[in-house]
Amino acid sequence: MISRFLILILFLMPFVLNGQNVQPIDKDGLVELLESKNKTTYVVNFWATWCAPCVSEIGYFESLHNVYGNKDVHVKLVNLDFPNQLESRVIPFIKENKITAEVLQMTDLDYNSWISEVDANWSGAIPATLIFKGNEKIFFEGELTREQLFENVNKIRNL
Amino acid sequence: MKKLMFTALIAFAASMVTNAQLEPGDKAVDFKLPNVDGKMVALSDYAEEKGVILIFTCNPCPFSKAYEQRIIKMHNRFSTIGYPVVAINPNDISLSPDDTMEKMKERASEKEYPFVYLKDNSEVFKAYGATRTPHVFLLKNNGSGDYTVAFIGAIDNNAMDEKAVSEKYVEQAIISLEQGVKVDPEEVKAVGCTIKTRG
Repeated sequence: MISRFLILILFLMPFVLNGQNVQPIDKDGLVELLESKNKTTYVVNFWATWCAPCVSEIGYFESLHNVYGNKDVHVKLVNLDFPNQLESRVIPFIKENKITAEVLQMTDLDYNSWISEVDANWSGAIPATLIFKGNEKIFFEGELTREQLFENVNKIRNL
Repeated sequence: MKKLMFTALIAFAASMVTNAQLEPGDKAVDFKLPNVDGKMVALSDYAEEKGVILIFTCNPCPFSKAYEQRIIKMHNRFSTIGYPVVAINPNDISLSPDDTMEKMKERASEKEYPFVYLKDNSEVFKAYGATRTPHVFLLKNNGSGDYTVAFIGAIDNNAMDEKAVSEKYVEQAIISLEQGVKVDPEEVKAVGCTIKTRG
């Protein structure tokens, strides 16, 4: 009995120590997230490890997460690397860059089925960022500066 | 007041993302660009074809790489019935050094591209409203080089795994053109690499 418990602990250790795991998200999960109508401001960023402008702005999202600590602003980093690159690219990237904000990996590759759910104006190019609270939303296609990100999050948050 | 501020905000956001894109049915924009073989290639050179599969693509983008073999196959299959591929590399080389003409030549020769691979040195991508790589514009020749846009979007619905594809958008569009029926869908979206531009 005890040994089983020990094995379980040993098995779970890497996950606990890692402090970050990547949850999969599909179209339904994304739609559900986009329909979260409450007092929280959601900041949903679409990114990939191979996307240079995404990588250069990702630190701003991490600071946003550190500033608000999920209190009234939730940062969701939706990763668009291919699902078969989770272990080889995404997780090492998260560790290396010490990302503690929530990372989700999109598993639905039928992009056309969900891109317009995020915003009608989104062409699919990344990075792309959606900031929303209740029915108020603001969408950006392209790289944001730190100032743009914080300013717009505050605008939505204060509405 | 808040409402007004928000409207202004939306307008600002919209101005950032709006890119005048050609719509299906619009007249195609002519271009004349250098090919990897050193010659100039213009849309008007294709006056005798039934259509052109115009693809904005580049060297380093993982999505472009994932589709590279499919683009080659598409050209080999459809150029025989009058729909050749014309690939245009739109990236600014000062922002994307892997997309210089030299690097394009290397890639085209290494992968034995059977289609032309042109360097966009006059912002043709903006005239089309392309935003990402790969971004496909299927052009239809209405006679003597009078080209209109028949389809805009992606090659198919699974970039990662060709075997898992269930919708071959470009192929379906060409078949519809050949059968003289409406192209449906005329437009699809896909994730891709942002075209690297200085604005």
